[in-house]
Amino acid sequence: MSENLLEVSGLEKHFPITKGLFKRQVGAVRAVDGIDLQVQAGETLGLVGESGCGKSTAGRLFTRILEPTAGKIIFEGQDVSHKSVGQMRPLRRDVQMIFQDPYSSLNPRHTVGSIISAPLQIQNMPTPQGLKSAVQDLLKLVGLNPEHYNRYPHEFSGGQRQRIGIARALALRPKLIVADEPVSALDVSIQAQVVNLLDDLQREFDLTYVFIAHDLSVVRHISNRVAVMYLGKIVEIAERKDLYKNPRHPYTVALMSAVPVPDPARRDKAQRDRVLLTGDVPSPINPPSGCRFRTRCWKAQDICATEEPPLVTRLDDPASHLTACHFPVVEEETVVGRRPAATPA
Amino acid sequence: MSIGTTNARPFLDIKDLTVRFETDDGIVQAVTESSFSLEKGKTLGIVGESGSGKSVTSLAVLGLHRTRSNAKVSGEIWLDDDELVTATDEQVRKLRGGKMAMIFQDPLSAMHPYFTVGAQIVEAYRVHHPGVNKKVARERAIDMLDRVGIPQPSRRFSDYAHQFSGGMRQRAMIAMALINDPALLIADEPTTALDVTVQAQILDLIRDLQEEFGSGVIMITHDLGVVAELADDVLVMYGGKVIEKGPALDVFQNPQHPYTWGLLGSMPRLDRDVRERLTPVKGTPPSLINLPSGCAFHPRCPFAGRNGERSYTEVPLLRGGTHSVACHLPPEERTKIFQQEILPIL
Repeated sequence: MSENLLEVSGLEKHFPITKGLFKRQVGAVRAVDGIDLQVQAGETLGLVGESGCGKSTAGRLFTRILEPTAGKIIFEGQDVSHKSVGQMRPLRRDVQMIFQDPYSSLNPRHTVGSIISAPLQIQNMPTPQGLKSAVQDLLKLVGLNPEHYNRYPHEFSGGQRQRIGIARALALRPKLIVADEPVSALDVSIQAQVVNLLDDLQREFDLTYVFIAHDLSVVRHISNRVAVMYLGKIVEIAERKDLYKNPRHPYTVALMSAVPVPDPARRDKAQRDRVLLTGDVPSPINPPSGCRFRTRCWKAQDICATEEPPLVTRLDDPASHLTACHFPVVEEETVVGRRPAATPA
Repeated sequence: MSIGTTNARPFLDIKDLTVRFETDDGIVQAVTESSFSLEKGKTLGIVGESGSGKSVTSLAVLGLHRTRSNAKVSGEIWLDDDELVTATDEQVRKLRGGKMAMIFQDPLSAMHPYFTVGAQIVEAYRVHHPGVNKKVARERAIDMLDRVGIPQPSRRFSDYAHQFSGGMRQRAMIAMALINDPALLIADEPTTALDVTVQAQILDLIRDLQEEFGSGVIMITHDLGVVAELADDVLVMYGGKVIEKGPALDVFQNPQHPYTWGLLGSMPRLDRDVRERLTPVKGTPPSLINLPSGCAFHPRCPFAGRNGERSYTEVPLLRGGTHSVACHLPPEERTKIFQQEILPIL
């Protein structure tokens, strides 16, 4: 468990904004702006954040679908940050991806059989039992009818399509799977089926997951460790139980309190405890100086604008719990940003 | 349309609403004999998965199926003293946007890209207040934008929808829906496209505005958390039918239908300890063209066989008092199953 399968350091991805005839660069969207993290073999790392925080870009960097602007990506001790497509190909066996939208991630003109067998053929994987039965085994594995080999994606429901995507990702028996919002497009009852399937497959094949999602409750269910991202940076990372029990970063606290609790009896308490953030996430083109969350933070002081807080262990947290905040939230703290009891008209 | 003296009829009363679409593949039974009601100032949450008929129900209330020649709507929809199924297009048009308004899921596609947000809100106001001049309408729109929490409303009035962020766009749409003080507000997945922190802001806003205007709100969502936050009453839909309805507290604490159990068991919850495994509903939602015989839920129901053949042959009726359920299991057995088999795994 302790060996690092994936290590990234100082990882950055800036998308240039160009202008005029000569495509002069006038700025950059700093989608991922310096993240460091390690993924250990066999674990599930959850990556949460709101839209535009750079979590999907980070996932695409880990799988090297994108090339980083700066920083290093080390997979199994090998630096893969700037490898060419050809050099990457052998590594693709070990790193696969599951996409969010089961409608656009499957080619509508290909049969399920050819979609799932494509990675096997491209990688020249030996299939002793024959390609067709290899694919049918995969279909069985993800809970689909192997007879449906010749059907097209439109003949399946959303949940079944997501299973096809999972079968394709599994075809090469990878070590690491980056799943980018794999269940957010699915209905609640189907979501649980897919989450359980991912759980089973992890146990069976010793998979390592990076699970990207915006849903904090799903991430809590599936992850061993969780990293919270805000505007291209990791603001907090910890073991699951530490993060959900003692969230330190004000953003993590706000994010958790915003999740609606399916219990009307606790409605009043949930509303009282809710931290309502004001305003929107600033633009990643021109992020705030110092701490990026300071423009929406109720604890912000002068130092937050001038000095960027490092991602380190705060207070009496265990060494695995890192927080990038000058004024971490302590337990039982009265949070000033809470909703007033009576709302003025 | 008026039927004279006021009676005990609730503010919104829907009886045996059925909506069918004739398509090349067959008849889509989108909603079958659904009945429910809503009082002013109250919130009704309609929960269900995609294809359960929850959106079609709300569109039928607004009369938005009228332009579709293949849609057949039957039953009764009473809004105060007006019956909407048999009303003329002109009568419904007068109510739509005035007495009843809707907030859609995706504000970017619900707003016109070529007109400024302000112009669209002014239009919504002036359609229902023909005598009002532009200046007054503009002031009213700016005031409304301010009320829903849009900063610098007089400047944002002249912006286009694409210049707004997702949360701001949803606020602008709420402003547009509320500009005529509607007595009935239907919100169809109003926060599904939004981030959680923004969702919390919008739910808060809807709650406050409801308190202020006293409207009846129908909140349609697949998110049980959102329903638990807002709703006084809950309606659970499956395969185009209402399968459980009752006060929110009852439905969440003592759910009766096996499908409702399944929904609750499917979702990981932040307010509980982490479970080893989720307990999903097996199988997939039914096709509305070819609904299963008997109880539409029987192919997915773990208890379908426990009561003889009835589940497969006979459609269960919605029975019970304020908290009613459409299930063939006898009430005592249902309570026993819930206590012994379901509650421990929720």
